Amino acid sequence: MIPRFFLGLFVLSLLSLVVASPAFSQESPYIVAYDHYMEEPGSLEVEYFSTFGTQRGGNDFHAYWVEFEYGVTAWWTTEFYLDAQSTFHDSTLFTGLRWENRFRPLKHEHFINPVIYIEYEHISGADKILKEIEGHDVESDSADLNAVARQEHNNELELKLLLSSTYKGWNFVENTLAAKNLSNHPWEFGYALGASRPLKLKASAKRCNFCRENVIAGVEMYGGLGDRYSFGLKDTSHYLAPVVAWNLPSDWTLRLSTGFGLNDNSHRFLLRWGLSREFSGFGDLVSHLFGGQR
Amino acid sequence: MKARFLGPFLAICVVAALLGVSLGQAQQGNVSPAKPPKDKTGVYSELDKAPQKARAKSNPLQSDPDAVLAGRILFERHCAECHGDVAEGGHHGPNLRAAEVQNAPVGAIFWILTNGIVWHGMPVWSKLPEPQRWQLVSYIKSLGVKPSPANPALPRP
Repeated sequence: MIPRFFLGLFVLSLLSLVVASPAFSQESPYIVAYDHYMEEPGSLEVEYFSTFGTQRGGNDFHAYWVEFEYGVTAWWTTEFYLDAQSTFHDSTLFTGLRWENRFRPLKHEHFINPVIYIEYEHISGADKILKEIEGHDVESDSADLNAVARQEHNNELELKLLLSSTYKGWNFVENTLAAKNLSNHPWEFGYALGASRPLKLKASAKRCNFCRENVIAGVEMYGGLGDRYSFGLKDTSHYLAPVVAWNLPSDWTLRLSTGFGLNDNSHRFLLRWGLSREFSGFGDLVSHLFGGQR
Repeated sequence: MKARFLGPFLAICVVAALLGVSLGQAQQGNVSPAKPPKDKTGVYSELDKAPQKARAKSNPLQSDPDAVLAGRILFERHCAECHGDVAEGGHHGPNLRAAEVQNAPVGAIFWILTNGIVWHGMPVWSKLPEPQRWQLVSYIKSLGVKPSPANPALPRP
């Protein structure tokens, strides 16, 4: 049932995107951390991301996911994820789905801008995209064979408080995370921090691919903070990752991140990259398909 | 419900919700550019809400000869989708060549760009660095007044 449903969803999305207009976007370079900027209302952003991870005591892996990010309003963005992974010398498998919502509670910009984040995850134990690190997530969790790890199913609710500031071209983010496995598991906690800045603040007076203002560089740091019964840094993993995004005038955004594990519980190296494209007018298009006026 | 059906069931709910919300959102915004709804003109009153300190700001790029050209490129990338190719109003955004905008202080326009009009659908644009927002202001102000036929904007007294 799952493959047929997702095949249908994929085909519908492709059909929609063929006739929707691409739109230039100014995307942040973060892959784990979030800033406070919402998707433009009515726009759909389709994103593909990969994570290559080294694994001690097991096989290296390549995990990947697709995101469909839609701007419902200027204060509400919703995202739907499909996750999968390939473990070298093992197998390739679909590992789950996520539905994420971000809400901007304040009307105006402030020095610190909060966003409320709520996510539901239905993933297997073989999920390795490492989109967030929480609780006592450690490298050895990913060492199990896929055939074993996929037997575990997790329904998880994740809440985040995203704080973000923009000052003189710099963006600073601070995300705190609380996640609850809906079966009988304790609340788990995590964090993500980030800072980024375009290489040039003024835009050029000519159209160009390689203008420095199209490139945003920064760094993010993320990790777990234990759980309700053992809060803190003990038996947790942490990463530091330089990040860069290249917003091309041809409507594509490329992202690259090289993550380095900061302690023995962390994967030594995570290489992430992503490709995304924003399509404006998606809401209008869907309305038109169902008989509304454009 | 068995756990194995929970994921697909929720996925269907998510997609249905997305479709429903986007339908509702789009139909609310389905207006002809020639006949904007009444509340669209109400958006102009947001300019008056800019704090005095913000209104008093002057454009630091006023004497920059490239500011208008750069602002035009930025406008085409980020604003034209809603406000129309030449800022005369579009499906979702009001005419920026209306007298309310063209006669407003540059600081007020900059303030709107920075803060958006979130409850009326305009996102915040503080993700564009401050010089780029001023370049946008330069371009918008360079366009001059051109009221749309169905929405003749009268100059302020």
